[in-house]
Amino acid sequence: MFDGREPLYVQIADQIRDDVLSGALQAEEQVMSTTQYATTFRINPATAAKAFAELVDEGVLYKRRGVGMFVAPGARETLRAERRESFFTDVVDPVLAQARVLGIDVDEIVARLREHAAHDHPTPQAGTR
Amino acid sequence: MTGFGVQVRDLTVRYGPTTALDQVSFEIRPGVITGLLGRNGSGKTTFLSVAAAFRRGTSGAVLVDGEDPWENARVMGGTCLVRESGDVVADEPITENLRFLAERRPTFDRATAESLLDRLEIDPSKRPDKLSRGQRSAFGVVVGVATRAPLTLLDEVHLGMDAPARYAFYDALLADWMAHPRTIVVSSHLIDEVERLLEDVVILDHGRVLAADDAATLREQGLTVTGPADEVDAFVTSRRVVARQTLGRTAQATVIGTAPDDEARARAAGLELGAVGLQDLFVHLTDHAGDRAAAPLTPQESR
Repeated sequence: MFDGREPLYVQIADQIRDDVLSGALQAEEQVMSTTQYATTFRINPATAAKAFAELVDEGVLYKRRGVGMFVAPGARETLRAERRESFFTDVVDPVLAQARVLGIDVDEIVARLREHAAHDHPTPQAGTR
Repeated sequence: MTGFGVQVRDLTVRYGPTTALDQVSFEIRPGVITGLLGRNGSGKTTFLSVAAAFRRGTSGAVLVDGEDPWENARVMGGTCLVRESGDVVADEPITENLRFLAERRPTFDRATAESLLDRLEIDPSKRPDKLSRGQRSAFGVVVGVATRAPLTLLDEVHLGMDAPARYAFYDALLADWMAHPRTIVVSSHLIDEVERLLEDVVILDHGRVLAADDAATLREQGLTVTGPADEVDAFVTSRRVVARQTLGRTAQATVIGTAPDDEARARAAGLELGAVGLQDLFVHLTDHAGDRAAAPLTPQESR
């Protein structure tokens, strides 16, 4: 775990965001402490603290003095709103660019998506990564 | 106890005609684990020896907890340098060494030492000079961790230790440091292995400081830019390029220094940006082959 090329604290923050989005971490649930992160993943606790600080700034986590870090109420909705905004630029646009290169028509893509949507459950909830 | 900080100001150390350290200045923050990285002969051991008052600098100053460490009983009582040689009584059993340390080091914790010996599978009835190379190094680690000195300096202590022993060492160091915060300096060139333990990094090269910053900031300084060769070249114009590779019409350049609009520019130009690991950054910065003189990160680049 956490062996990507991104800085470690970014990977930790992303992991927590994904867990909040997927519901693995619920509002008001406590996240692992910096010490637990440090011993579990053999990292300096300051690295985990940096990820937490970023998430506190974003309103995903909040700190209870002397107790630890908790998922903020409404964090999931905030993250979903953000991810929805970037979904088209980060996910859809690259698909279109790739399709253009391969000579795939937009109608073909739309047809494919419709077909899948008909088979799948109506609202997939997993993270987008 | 949060540990001793170290201030290094214009420190120069010469051995005869050789300049081991050339007017270096940097700071080691108290209570932090700092990695001292550098190739062989870069001046790591020389610096640690001056900080531990094993030798004096030729000019400039090193202040440990605000004072000159030289013949300074208070500062030396709280400083522990573990070198490759171990600095233990080699011809007395380990148990005897522990007794000796417990008598002389007020912060030494014998129970910690014994549990570490057990974890590293070292027989305490043996003499250090009868141990294998890896076990001798491991005993040095035990001494360094269990002494719990406010300034703990570990100079290439991992040498000869096999991977499981090294990971046991990293775990023990981290756990003990979290329970008893203090200043720890780890010199190593196994950067991939120690990187995650480090909060700060000092990179020495040929007796000079190439970079001194917190590890995350340092890592963020490196950037790879990949895409069509002409777009890559346009993107990296007037930047410090430390490596460049081409494959057909695709190029990848590694640059030092980032700008806030990098992502937007890269996206517009159809380029892909990637992070550079500390190990790669270190190799690029200290690789002198190919006539590429190493230049220190400018304050702007490294902050």
